[in-house]
Amino acid sequence: MNSTFFLALRRMRAPIILLIVFYAIAVIGLTLVPGVDAEGQAAPPLSFFHAFYFISYTATTIGFGEIPNAFSDAQRMWVTVCIYLTVIAWSYSVITLIALLQDKGFQNTLTTNRFHRRVRHLKEPFYLICGCGETGSLIAHTFDRRNQAFVVLEKDEQRVQELDLQDFKTDTPALAADARLPEVLLLAGLKHPKCRGVLAVTNDEEANLAVAIAVRLLNPDIPVIARARSPAVAANMASFGTDHIINPFKRFAEHLALAVASPERFRLIELLTSLPETPIPEVHRPPTGNWILCGYGRFGHAVANHLHPTGIQLTIIDPMAADADQEISGDGTEARTLIQAGIENAVGIIAGSDNDVNNLSIAVTANELKPSLFVVTRQNHTANSLLFDAYDADFIMVPSRIVAQECIAILTTPLLARFLEMQRQQDEAWSHALVERLQTLAHGLTPTVWSVNLNASEAPATWKLLLHGQTFSLGQILRDGTDRERPLAIVPLLIERDGKYFLLPSGDFPLTAGDDLLLASAFSTRRNLEFTLQNANELDYVLNGEKQASSWMWRKISRS
Amino acid sequence: MNLEKVIFGFFIVLAATLNFGFFIGDIERPDLHHIYELAAALIVSLIATVLKFGDRTQIGAIHLSTSLVADLQLIAAAITWAVATHVTGEGMTATVTSSVVSLSGGALFANIVSVIILIVETVMLRR
Repeated sequence: MNSTFFLALRRMRAPIILLIVFYAIAVIGLTLVPGVDAEGQAAPPLSFFHAFYFISYTATTIGFGEIPNAFSDAQRMWVTVCIYLTVIAWSYSVITLIALLQDKGFQNTLTTNRFHRRVRHLKEPFYLICGCGETGSLIAHTFDRRNQAFVVLEKDEQRVQELDLQDFKTDTPALAADARLPEVLLLAGLKHPKCRGVLAVTNDEEANLAVAIAVRLLNPDIPVIARARSPAVAANMASFGTDHIINPFKRFAEHLALAVASPERFRLIELLTSLPETPIPEVHRPPTGNWILCGYGRFGHAVANHLHPTGIQLTIIDPMAADADQEISGDGTEARTLIQAGIENAVGIIAGSDNDVNNLSIAVTANELKPSLFVVTRQNHTANSLLFDAYDADFIMVPSRIVAQECIAILTTPLLARFLEMQRQQDEAWSHALVERLQTLAHGLTPTVWSVNLNASEAPATWKLLLHGQTFSLGQILRDGTDRERPLAIVPLLIERDGKYFLLPSGDFPLTAGDDLLLASAFSTRRNLEFTLQNANELDYVLNGEKQASSWMWRKISRS
Repeated sequence: MNLEKVIFGFFIVLAATLNFGFFIGDIERPDLHHIYELAAALIVSLIATVLKFGDRTQIGAIHLSTSLVADLQLIAAAITWAVATHVTGEGMTATVTSSVVSLSGGALFANIVSVIILIVETVMLRR
């Protein structure tokens, strides 16, 4: 506000001075020119007061006429001059003001100030998203669905404008600025007491690195999640303690390898970490045997490294890479190349170049040569989703989706990371049983994984009851708040109590105050349970089946 | 030599001198305090104020505030004059004249502060 005001004043200096000078000339002139009275006799000129009054309404083109008396011809002559003088001065002022409002720099100052003010007044905890490309907007939309506040920094002005037009439930502060600059990060609330974390998910690796460093130095208490493509940058980020580094290529390669080695466990991870309330992903069962890998860049290397231990034999096609199979010519988009690579004996193919059209071409060609082939495609741009959906590959890798999923999973439910770690020790049958339960929770959509702490702020009613010595089990509160006969469709995944973890707690698990619960359910079920945990009357109904007197007075009376 | 500095100094000093010219003389005698001098002092003071717009330094802020004080005092003096001669019809009596002149005396003080700041600023200048 302050700087805008002064900027406006500085620019308005010349027109205001001109206005004062012209007014002064006009008023003083009018106090010198003799007037005339009703009889046509010479009369004294206007006084300063009348002259100023006359010029004030004439200059602003209000024009009340000749007040207080009809003017003499000499006065009329001078007033003619005055009218032109003051009109020029006013037009100059107005034009300067309009030019100022249209000035790019001035508008930038205005939007920056507004953004800063809005960020400063944020009352709820928020995340700072740096970079609102494909990944960023996917995260933003998921946050918005979950009523989670966030602030967006994006370099491209057009994307910020598009963001304004998008249908967000809340009004999100967004600024077109370079997130690499520390002052921009501060402006966006890096040191705001409600800032919960920073997501560096721009397309530019160097920018992500710069953001991660800035956050580490300026506000070391909040977590930063950064996206990295090359191992060198990832190592650099790790060296100064970035909390979480997401490399989409590596992550997908791990998933693919896991899908080959233990499909049920992979399925479980996929269900729990996919974006909430989206259609349940198809079952992927990549076969073991000979595979063909087209494109041997960073993605190809990550896949090769992870698939190798699972016993898959890879034939690598890439004319650009020195360490690929050099005797094969072409990039895999032609049938000749694929036949040369031994497609007859292959069971799967990975189209993993950085060109979406080539990837589709490879997939279609391979499918024509051998329809039973398991096809994995890499989709680089969300804009091509229509094409990839139409082709319907067995397994599609979308980097932006992988990063977004992981960010959301880590940020919104820290317990989930612990759960995923613990499920590694379980066998395939355990995973299979859990997957069957999870799939039925939300009518064909993926479940929401969420956590709740039985403390004063998140579950006040339950917390109070538990502190007063009442004991009840997990199964007793997982009931429908509208009809307590019905159990809620909800799967308790993990409970944490004083550093101890209880995997898949059963219904008779006794709760205590301060327990941290990790649950999976549909979003509506989540609302239902949250209401029960927070509202004393609801909780009482769910536990005891009777409606208690709700007001303080009635409770006192009924107790006595 | 910087033309901007010349103009800036000129208007500040002129505002102070015109103000002084109106103020000097027996406080009760209207014939010693011409109304045109008050008008000139007010106009120049307004221009000096606008010249000080947009300077965001500490000294610039004080410059601006002293100027605003001077404007306020002179406008109050002008309104007193207008009310006495046109609204109440009392004319420039000794009471009215002394209140108009004392208001401009307040403005004079603010203008003197302005000039002192200008001098201090110049003395501190090392280039």
